[in-house]
Amino acid sequence: MKAHQRKLDIKNGCVDLSHGSGGRAMSQLVSGLFHEAFGNEWLARGNDQSAFDVGAGRMVMTTDGYVVSPLFFPGGNIGSLAVHGTVNDIAMAGARPLYLSASFIIEEGFRFSDLKLIAESMGEAARDAGVHIITGDTKVVERGKADGLFISTAGVGVVPEGLDLSSEKARVGDRVLVSGTLGDHGVAIMSKRQNLAFETEIVSDSAALHDLVARMVAAAGSGIRLMRDPTRGGLAATMNEIAQQSDLGFRLQEEAIPVKPGVAAACELLGLDPLYVANEGKLVAVVAPEIAQSVLLAMRAHPLGRDAADIGEAVADDHHFVQMATSFGGGRIVDWLSGEQLPRIC
Amino acid sequence: MKYADEFRDKEIALGLARAIQAEANPKRPYRFMEFCGGHTHAISRYGLEDMLPQNVRMIHGPGCPVCVLPAGRIDMAIRLAERPEVILCVYGDLMRVPGSQGGSLLRAKARGADIRMVYSTIDAIRIAEENPGREVVFFAIGFETTTPPTAVMIRIAERKQLENFSVFCNHVLTPPAMLNILESPDIRNIGRVEIDGFVGPAHVSIIIGTAPYEFFSEEFGKPVVIAGFEPLDMMQAILMLVRQVNEHRHEVENQYRRAVSRDGNLRAKEEVSDIFELRDRFEWRGLGLVPYSGLKLKRTYAKYDAEVRFEMNELKIADNPACECGAILRGVKKPVDCKLFGTVCTPETPMGSCMVSSEGACAAHWTYGRFRDHQQRRAS
Repeated sequence: MKAHQRKLDIKNGCVDLSHGSGGRAMSQLVSGLFHEAFGNEWLARGNDQSAFDVGAGRMVMTTDGYVVSPLFFPGGNIGSLAVHGTVNDIAMAGARPLYLSASFIIEEGFRFSDLKLIAESMGEAARDAGVHIITGDTKVVERGKADGLFISTAGVGVVPEGLDLSSEKARVGDRVLVSGTLGDHGVAIMSKRQNLAFETEIVSDSAALHDLVARMVAAAGSGIRLMRDPTRGGLAATMNEIAQQSDLGFRLQEEAIPVKPGVAAACELLGLDPLYVANEGKLVAVVAPEIAQSVLLAMRAHPLGRDAADIGEAVADDHHFVQMATSFGGGRIVDWLSGEQLPRIC
Repeated sequence: MKYADEFRDKEIALGLARAIQAEANPKRPYRFMEFCGGHTHAISRYGLEDMLPQNVRMIHGPGCPVCVLPAGRIDMAIRLAERPEVILCVYGDLMRVPGSQGGSLLRAKARGADIRMVYSTIDAIRIAEENPGREVVFFAIGFETTTPPTAVMIRIAERKQLENFSVFCNHVLTPPAMLNILESPDIRNIGRVEIDGFVGPAHVSIIIGTAPYEFFSEEFGKPVVIAGFEPLDMMQAILMLVRQVNEHRHEVENQYRRAVSRDGNLRAKEEVSDIFELRDRFEWRGLGLVPYSGLKLKRTYAKYDAEVRFEMNELKIADNPACECGAILRGVKKPVDCKLFGTVCTPETPMGSCMVSSEGACAAHWTYGRFRDHQQRRAS
């Protein structure tokens, strides 16, 4: 006889310790909420792992953790962010993302309704990106041991034949392209922080970039040296990392760097520099000078690259300085971020 | 961005740069001290040094309240925050300021002290209201600009009859520090560089007005130009100083007329003098003990004074002997003249005051300007 089980009360219910205990309650949460949201043939088989065919060529793998606070922010939530972030890490290799895993650490008392919203936006983000969440895990911890919900992910993708993007490949004379305005995600999060509420129309740029990347690769072939998504630490951290890894320096033009007026104003108010603020739907590409223009045009033809810009060039520099001509007419370095600018931004 | 871009216009900047170039006498040096960290930051952030002739040199003064806070006061705050009943509310840029033995508020927080970063004094009041069973202490810091908000906060606490709220007061004053730079006895030991004029504080002057600087122009024969924090303000102020020097004038001029008057903000000054009184002396990191340079709460408001309420002992920690901050703050040395600069002392692990916040002379040079050192070395 099949045991009677009360349906999950999504509207009023919340997660309790039994939902992580391995019993019926957990099975109900997994199948009733996560499978429902992610729905695919792999999850439906209910194994401890999922098998998939490996195609020809090289594969890439990445992993990421999400602890953003608040969980819901203008332009997304921790669920969509987790998918976009993982997809983008794969895409920066020029790869096509295929499969993701998702592991949830949930605090006792977390509302089912919020969990459902988050799972649904994960499912939606995955479907939009053409990837499948094929394996996962659920743990519940006591109240106070996690701030609502943490998500960790892993992802795999496949790199097209002949493409080998890597951070040490920038060369002197290469151009630096960014796909759009900087600092949107960080400012959107900041605007919703409890002790810092201010009104802004800025929404997070959280988005999956693999399609934009595919267009760029199609336009440029192997002329793209490397791509990075400037998340925590912003453009500044990314450029300094590339400078170190490629053993050169960069010279940027502040005037060319796109920043939304609202983001610039919020940063001004908070004493932040948009170059250090996180992005979740932007990429930086270092490309051979002769193809810079055609890549830029391909980027601008894509909705996620509309505001793409050429912001500077790679130069010989033993000290790996990222220099910038300020829009005021002087010069400065764009150094590494020191200390913590904005905790728990992603 | 409206009301900001207008003051960062490249064409006007280049025009001012040309005027400075044309009017500065190449046969003499012009050494101007900008007192405020806000000015130091603007100079570095916008690369103004590149726009000035070789013989016009800016000396970065001690006007960064975070930088000049001595290690002893940080240690006092850490001890306070370690008390289980205390919630210490601080501005974010204080978190990494080094105390003694590698301690900082950030590390104390990691070890379990309840330290909350706030963006305004109002946040501290709210935290006190939300936590009636705890003692909420606001770590008050800053020059004349941030003192009035602390005064207002104490008024609010009084009105709301908040019994669990107090202030750890570290407010300091600008004119005594400027005086100290010009005539401290220490200066004999470390030598002195002639200062040809001052770029006067922006926000501080909104509160105190231009009148307090008249003493400097008269007594020391130094021109003072009060300037705003935008880069065009700085360029214009430098041009005004060059003109005063060329014309052998030493007056207080006000470049920042859109915000600063001769008498300042009377209401704010009144609030401050109602609630605070002068300390006999206050320690500044890099400058040592400066007479009548700090404020404390008047006895009438002792219940809001954390130093009284928690019987906090004054702690004194000697600065690192190799640190050249004292000489750098007085313009005698440059950041690169210090052995610690960029070796053991960086923004991640600041040893001296000038490296502590991005407004400090060393941190600004490290973060924005150090590429010039290598350019100069290559050129020579």
